[in-house]
Amino acid sequence: MAFNNTDLAAFKDVWVFCEQRDGKLMPTDFELISEGRRLADELGVDLCGLLLGDNVEGIAKELGGYGADKVYVCEHPLLKVYTTDAYAKVICDVIEELKPEAFLIGATNIGRDLGPRCAARLHTGLCADCTHLDVDMGIYKDFLHEASTLDNERIDGLNTAMVLGQKHDVSRDLKMTRPAFGGHLMASIICPRFRPTMATVRPGVMKKRPFDQAKADACQIVKPAFELSEADMQTEVTEVVKAAKKLVDLIGADFIVSVGRGISKDVEGGIKLAEELAAELGGVVGGSRAVIDSGWLSADHQVGQTGKTVHPKVYVALGISGAIQHKAGMQDSECIIAVNKNDSAPIFEIADYGICGDLFKVTPMLTEAIRAAKAAK
Amino acid sequence: MDFHLSKEQQMLRKMYREFAENEVEPLAEEIDETERFPAETVEKMGKLGMMGIYFPKEYGGAGGDVLSYAMCVEELAKVCGTTAVIVSAHTSLCCAPIFEHGTEEQKKKYLPDLCSGKKIGAFGLTEPGAGTDAQGQQTTAVLEGDHYVLNGSKIFITNAGYASVFIVIAVTGKTVNKRGKPIKEISAFIVEKGFPGFSIGKHEKKMGIKGSSTCELVFEDCIVPKENLLGKIGQGFKIAMQTLDGGRIGIAAQALGLGEGAVNEAIKYTKERVQFGRRISQFQNTQFQLADMHTRMQAAQFLVYSAACKKQLHEDYSMDAAMAKLFAAEAASDVTRRAVQLFGGYGYTREYPVERMMRDAKITEIYEGTSEVQRMVISSHLGVN
Amino acid sequence: MKVIVCVKQVPDTSGKVAVNPDGTLNRASMETITNPDDMNAVEAALKLKDETGCKVIVVTMGPPPAEGMLRELLAMGADEGYLISGREFGGSDTYATSQIVAAGVNKIGVDKDDIVMCGRQAIDGDTAQVGPQIAEKLHLPQVTYAADIHKDGDNITVKRMLEDGYMTIKVQTPCLLTCIKELNEPRYMSVGGVFEAYSKPVTVLDYEALKDDPLIDATTIGLKGSPTNILVSFTPPQKGAGMMLEGNDMATCEKLADLLAGKHII
Repeated sequence: MAFNNTDLAAFKDVWVFCEQRDGKLMPTDFELISEGRRLADELGVDLCGLLLGDNVEGIAKELGGYGADKVYVCEHPLLKVYTTDAYAKVICDVIEELKPEAFLIGATNIGRDLGPRCAARLHTGLCADCTHLDVDMGIYKDFLHEASTLDNERIDGLNTAMVLGQKHDVSRDLKMTRPAFGGHLMASIICPRFRPTMATVRPGVMKKRPFDQAKADACQIVKPAFELSEADMQTEVTEVVKAAKKLVDLIGADFIVSVGRGISKDVEGGIKLAEELAAELGGVVGGSRAVIDSGWLSADHQVGQTGKTVHPKVYVALGISGAIQHKAGMQDSECIIAVNKNDSAPIFEIADYGICGDLFKVTPMLTEAIRAAKAAK
Repeated sequence: MDFHLSKEQQMLRKMYREFAENEVEPLAEEIDETERFPAETVEKMGKLGMMGIYFPKEYGGAGGDVLSYAMCVEELAKVCGTTAVIVSAHTSLCCAPIFEHGTEEQKKKYLPDLCSGKKIGAFGLTEPGAGTDAQGQQTTAVLEGDHYVLNGSKIFITNAGYASVFIVIAVTGKTVNKRGKPIKEISAFIVEKGFPGFSIGKHEKKMGIKGSSTCELVFEDCIVPKENLLGKIGQGFKIAMQTLDGGRIGIAAQALGLGEGAVNEAIKYTKERVQFGRRISQFQNTQFQLADMHTRMQAAQFLVYSAACKKQLHEDYSMDAAMAKLFAAEAASDVTRRAVQLFGGYGYTREYPVERMMRDAKITEIYEGTSEVQRMVISSHLGVN
Repeated sequence: MKVIVCVKQVPDTSGKVAVNPDGTLNRASMETITNPDDMNAVEAALKLKDETGCKVIVVTMGPPPAEGMLRELLAMGADEGYLISGREFGGSDTYATSQIVAAGVNKIGVDKDDIVMCGRQAIDGDTAQVGPQIAEKLHLPQVTYAADIHKDGDNITVKRMLEDGYMTIKVQTPCLLTCIKELNEPRYMSVGGVFEAYSKPVTVLDYEALKDDPLIDATTIGLKGSPTNILVSFTPPQKGAGMMLEGNDMATCEKLADLLAGKHII
């Protein structure tokens, strides 16, 4: 029977592409399985993992511990390392055969290569880099009430969408919400006419559930039939190299912890505390002009009018008063956290979060609290 | 007159601006502070065709027009007065006289390397006793067989330390003027770095445009081949004056850019700086100051562009160039000084670029003919003498 | 040999982003630029031109003013431009856009030794979908996230970046590569290039020009051809004035860490 992706009723179950590298599952797999579980429950269907690799059956059951009812395992020597050719072929063939309703992929560098290729081949819609997924209208509307500036009336009326001039009931559609224009705008996307609905999901956004050994034991492993041969391969991976994360400079950094004159009573100690916090955040250390002029940090660390203009996700200002020339270099950061002893320091005027206190006391506690919060995720 | 820029000129403005902001501005403070010639920038500009904008492609130029060149100097000067004058002196004072007065052999020999930025050009007219007053020249050139022998010195020569090709003005004999009065016969020469007897003397320490190389040229029995005479014997004064007419467009454009750059900085700063609980841009004094500053620079722009367009059309632009330089230079000095005032104490520090712009702007009232000389040129064109 | 580079004109989101009261983007108030990753693709193509003398063709889909962007790319050194433009193409999502651009590339023609290049993703949508989808529609092998490209005859070797390292991938022409900023530093327009830009050919491909391509029909382009629909677009709540946390002890730090975790910032 030919694959008819507009026969919506023929499609069921939520699938998650479970990416492995070197035979190890990726953290996004557990996040997506956890999130997929919720969506499958809201739809009243099964949640299935789709795992491709060579000799990977052994790692499949772990996915059950986070909520997968079933894992489809496709093993083949040509699937050992990711290639667009082999993965897209096997995945599209299996999807055409087994017809999932929704298909989620982690928005990793591999997921974002695979997703669009498959969606184009399957002639269906894909929403990239989603940060929120919903089926249940009540939960979706609650989310909009909290995360949007839309008025209540507008939100309450979002039960249908105009699709090709027809009113379409969206209650069983996957509502895929994603940021655009660098987060200045958000949009909820649906794929009302074709199945499966596809989404790539931003890593780190969905919450991982606690692992449940009983569910892992109960998870069913299924090996669907597929065909794959050298003739399908148009590319060849000649090497895969793991590299230590290269040093990032201030401009490209997502997290910057900067120190100011406030570290003067113990320069080395202050910089060390900043480095520890930066390491925990996965970022780099910067400094105000005073710190650079005093020779405490080299010039490439300087943020501000005469230094670098930065816009990281998080900018932590430790003991920086916030002179205009410093602010000029960092005020467009997405989130600014300031720690300063002086509660009237100008830095607090632009900070999203301010703590009035001694940086030598607050910084180590903050590092510890962030470590704990990340571990809890 | 139509001041609409062509599509090409609009695109060039964007290209110059991107280049200036990404490649020139980041170095401006450092080259001022350390008095360093930005040779790496010249190399980049050469590759992009910015060192020979209005010369034909057959000589290695970009095939553009004089206004496109003036806009280049303007955009560079908005962020760095030094880089702007390097381009201006090179183009107007060295490439232009070779293109306008050189033989076909001279043009083919010198222009391709100059236009590509492989070689930098300079112009030697000024002497301790002779600036714009070319008759005061003491440097001599004596024909001996197949070469001239030059003796004397030139001072305040822009680009000198890094240039490879120099246009040098020297006295080749005596003649009489139209009224029969005896005067010096002045000629122009193309002198290469490395000619025997030619050396670079003292490097000047300056108030502004500190990254530009300003040095003395020393000729001690310097041997210049006969074929390096530029134009005919005795045409040196005319060549020098025409070259300065063109150069004034470049310096006017530099002044224009410096003033506009200071206005841009002042607008940005006054919208951020808070005093007495308000952004200082909310004070009427700031608003009126900036309105006046912008208006002056806009007026300067019209004069500069008009002079550039006239030169392009081979119309007589001598007075236009003098008016453009006079007005733009005085406007730039005034506007940069006012910008420093709007910045207050910060403006006086090297944290912000406006003090540098103010120092850089001052020279535009002095070199390639002081403002007083421009007034002389203008009034003589008016027949007021 | 030729390199066909697909580019997009986008609003410059590096400055202030203006949003209309109805939650749509105020495009009129924003400057447009060539998408940054696409500039890396153009540079990669021009480097191949420098090495091999190949032809570089730039193609974009957009409204008529996008021609200005193509002219700038011609001023950088590209040889020819194609502007895919037509009312019928409006409202296309990434799938339909890929379909149309692929038809445009077909019109230009992909020969045995040609390469198609795209930027990894555009800064307005950040979807990274159009490149791979054009490859699928043209049945070309794709390599995304290219950080280094070497060409030796028909063999292309690409350094393909992963989050934790890279892969080296061998592929043969014709193929499609998507480029990232690590690949190179885009050149500037040159003065001489600007004076040549308006005499180089720019061809407009409208619906009439593409309608005979099998990829193009009413169900594959525009709104009708788009599998996805926007249910609603909205702006997130405005960033409130800063929040001063009470106290400066461990509890305060824990509260801050929770707030950051709650917003997925850490």
